[in-house]
Amino acid sequence: MTVTTPAGLDLRSLLHGLPGVDKVGLESRAAALGTRSVKTTAKAAAIDLAIRMVDLTTLEGADTPGKVQALAAKALRPDPADASCPPVAAVCVYPAMVPPAAEVLAGSGVHLASVATAFPSGQAPLDVKLADTRDAVAAGADEIDMVISRGEFLAGHYDKVFEEIVAVKEACGAAHLKVILETGELGTYDNVRRASWLAMLAGADFIKTSTGKVPLAATLPVTLVMLEAVRDFRAKTGRQVGVKPAGGIRTTKDAVKYLVMIHETAGDDWLDPDWFRFGASSLLNDLLMQRTKLTTGHYAGPDYFTLD
Amino acid sequence: MRKTYKLFIGGAFPRSESGRTYLVDGDNVALASRKDARDAVTAARKAQPKWAAATAYNRGQVLYRVAEMLEARRAEFAAVGVPAAEVDAAVDRWVWYAGWSDKITQVHGSANPVAGPYFNISAPEPTGVVAVVAPASFLGLVSVVAPAIVTGNTVVVLAGAPQAAITLAEVLATSDVPGGVVNLLTGDPAETAPWLASHDDVNGLDLTGVSDTALATELERTAAGSLKRVRRPAGTEIDFFADPGVKAMTAFLEIKTVWHTKGF
Amino acid sequence: MFEYAPAPESRSVVDIAGSYGLFIDGSFRESAAGSFKTVNPATEEVLAEVASAGVEEIDLAVAAARRAFGPWSALPGSERAKYLFRIARIIQERSRELAVLESLDNGKPIKESRDVDLPLVAAHFFHYAGWADKLKYAGFGADPRPLGVAAQVIPWNFPLLMLAWKVAPALATGNTVVLKPAETTPLSALFFADICRQADLPPGVVNIVTGAGDTGRALVEHPGVDKVAFTGSTEVGRQIARSVAGTRKRLTLELGGKAANIVFDDAPIDQAVEGIVNGIFFNQGHVCCAGSRLLVQESIRDELLESLKRRMATLRVGDPLDKNTDIGAINSAEQLDRIRTLADAGSAEGAERWSPPCELPGQGFWFAPTIFTGVTQAHRIAREEIFGPVLSVLTFRTPAEAIEKANNTPYGLSAGIWSDKGSLILAVADQLRAGVVWANTFNKFDPASPFGGYKESGYGREGGRHGLEAYLA
Repeated sequence: MTVTTPAGLDLRSLLHGLPGVDKVGLESRAAALGTRSVKTTAKAAAIDLAIRMVDLTTLEGADTPGKVQALAAKALRPDPADASCPPVAAVCVYPAMVPPAAEVLAGSGVHLASVATAFPSGQAPLDVKLADTRDAVAAGADEIDMVISRGEFLAGHYDKVFEEIVAVKEACGAAHLKVILETGELGTYDNVRRASWLAMLAGADFIKTSTGKVPLAATLPVTLVMLEAVRDFRAKTGRQVGVKPAGGIRTTKDAVKYLVMIHETAGDDWLDPDWFRFGASSLLNDLLMQRTKLTTGHYAGPDYFTLD
Repeated sequence: MRKTYKLFIGGAFPRSESGRTYLVDGDNVALASRKDARDAVTAARKAQPKWAAATAYNRGQVLYRVAEMLEARRAEFAAVGVPAAEVDAAVDRWVWYAGWSDKITQVHGSANPVAGPYFNISAPEPTGVVAVVAPASFLGLVSVVAPAIVTGNTVVVLAGAPQAAITLAEVLATSDVPGGVVNLLTGDPAETAPWLASHDDVNGLDLTGVSDTALATELERTAAGSLKRVRRPAGTEIDFFADPGVKAMTAFLEIKTVWHTKGF
Repeated sequence: MFEYAPAPESRSVVDIAGSYGLFIDGSFRESAAGSFKTVNPATEEVLAEVASAGVEEIDLAVAAARRAFGPWSALPGSERAKYLFRIARIIQERSRELAVLESLDNGKPIKESRDVDLPLVAAHFFHYAGWADKLKYAGFGADPRPLGVAAQVIPWNFPLLMLAWKVAPALATGNTVVLKPAETTPLSALFFADICRQADLPPGVVNIVTGAGDTGRALVEHPGVDKVAFTGSTEVGRQIARSVAGTRKRLTLELGGKAANIVFDDAPIDQAVEGIVNGIFFNQGHVCCAGSRLLVQESIRDELLESLKRRMATLRVGDPLDKNTDIGAINSAEQLDRIRTLADAGSAEGAERWSPPCELPGQGFWFAPTIFTGVTQAHRIAREEIFGPVLSVLTFRTPAEAIEKANNTPYGLSAGIWSDKGSLILAVADQLRAGVVWANTFNKFDPASPFGGYKESGYGREGGRHGLEAYLA
């Protein structure tokens, strides 16, 4: 597919020409995938893979350099008692928290992601968003999680949203760009599919569900639509784009459902931290507790894992 | 002047293709053959989709018009021996069924509260082409034809009393009933009915007018070949003056249930 | 990269006796007419020895039902309702046992018996329980009366669900029942007999007679029967219709199908693919309303088939008791033969056959999910009911052509429509000659939703208010 003129009309024709999403069928498919039973060796492999896919996140007004550095240390070695436990994929913080995190992560292979572009609302002038992005990259972030302007998207100003993503992508330089659709504010699954394609066409390396700051965060059906979108986009363009559900994924059971969904929809090419991430904070501890249960044979308790 | 009673097929009045006639009260009446029955089924099938697709309002008006024309031709029925009270009742019966056209769907259909996010409704639709062995009584004839066609079926009727039946055909032909919706054959039902019962393009069989039990059983058994809907003869003498209820209509209706997902 | 480990449901949750008698007049009894074996189609292991009812036993069962009819029909509806509610509750409480039993005897995946069959069985009894004391409001007259003794013969594809569809409305309306389950799947019906006892249902209200075709024939032809209800093949349905001709027995038939699943070019494509898969591979395709003919609009044929094949490659065929199994065992050697014969005919007639790579177990009866492309209306696989996991793919260009092809069959049980355009869906739904039309979904069932066929798919409806009519005078 070639889109050379992203003028509003052409983009609209393209996005509105995508196949519709039937909510009932989508949700029942997602629920059915959620009933897959993953046990024993399969479960152990799934837990380690899920740990490697975690974007360990803290996005609080109360974040401090000390807290972020502790989190980064945990990212490198999630289970200090077990050296066989893999590190997570990345640490995800606000731009101001990038420098302290970078001190810990430098050279480790664990990525450093920063939210940018007036996260979480996206309600700021473009130059502010671009400066936000450049600063975060300059401070050491190699992944940028931007938010789209939901207002512009819902108003049908697809060209504006498109151009903004293109501009941010340029500001990212070598850093990978994750585009947050904030699916909880898009209103329909059709919009999730359209926003996914819009972001991919504009150059997103990843599409991400949510900021975690609105009530409706990642869900299995929303992620299913996005997985179908990246699958179809690669089939048409040859370019693979990653997917990151974020917010609300707290248990191993949840995480495994996502892995099953990848396996049975987009395919195993996406079963890799380079192509799939979990934006989460408390998920990691549950994964670690389940991992401990499998390795030791008894149930673990939360007091044995650090809170941040 | 004596007239020849011909068949009524596809809105026209042909002689039997066999050329046969028989005498009824001194009148010449066409003696239908199996090929006439076949032609009548072809005409009924051809007319059926359009008749079923007509609005219920339209079908109701057409049936009401039949009642008006019947009323206007009362004398002709008296002339072939139909008692006045029966003609009056037949007029009322047409009016009664005419009014059902846009009500049976509501009375016999439903919105179904299924346990899930689905729109789900059931509505009756006509069975298709119905072969009718009519009773000899004129009111009986009207009481099997009107309920079958008001819902959108088309019929091939084997008349019990030929002169009254063909006089009704003349009423129908001068009303607004589209050709082929009602086809009337005169002759010997024992000869023609088996061909209709075994015809694969007939969907329903009304045996109300069959008084010979062995014939009725044989016709029902034959109809099983293509799983026709069969309305059996009443075990006892039918009082056609009584309230007919809805069963004469529902016997030749199919319930279609449509599901659709709900969601955005 | 991501393999699921085996996740079998434990079969020890259900006790299967070595042998079973006939359930007549509230107790189990031997038959003078011998017995037969029922096997697990996934392993060919014999599960139990089951009594075969002969003419003499049918006489006893019908007599028991006749004796029970007077008092049962005289009970206030509210009292009959309590029995049905109780039965529904016991089914819910024992649903795990029943699900395992159903999968063992039938071969269907545990996730379907657990998540589809059993919940629907309980819901059906619950629905009709509520009707028992409201019959005069159902629109079948001010004082609707039961018919008497109902002879019910059910198939092997949804053994317990078909029992529920038959027994629940019959009892709610005050009829008594003699039911014959299919020869290859008698166990859940016999288990249900035990539930009737547990619910203190008066003896003779429900009688379960097991056996093969002869037993069924003896039952439906018994002069003491007032009502015959049959679900099964169109051929047997025809024979039954012939046999009740000239009697006063009321008859309802739910027979075969060759449903068109029509996919328009504006369909929600990912859900349509799921609907196609569910339409033909649900329950191994042993579904009378299966979407066995895919009619796809030519402009999206290649794209849709690619998606369908990709999806089929994820189907897991194997142990019915494994929670991850999507497609279980074919119910019997006989049915497997029939599927093979028709599939071979498809190849011989020039259609192109495709199945995803999948390893089938060595023991038991198995058939890989299969699609045929390049199928025309004239092919046997486009006309005959295969009753297996075999899909025939045809194409069309315009809605009128789709309707014409969909209706070009003596069957008329169900159909599917996939499109995002409401007016198209409603217009096509209007013109399809089928008793159930699913739009943007498929194979959905509900006790409140009437089910049944047009044309040679039978007559009468099961489910909802309409389902009462078959059991009321």
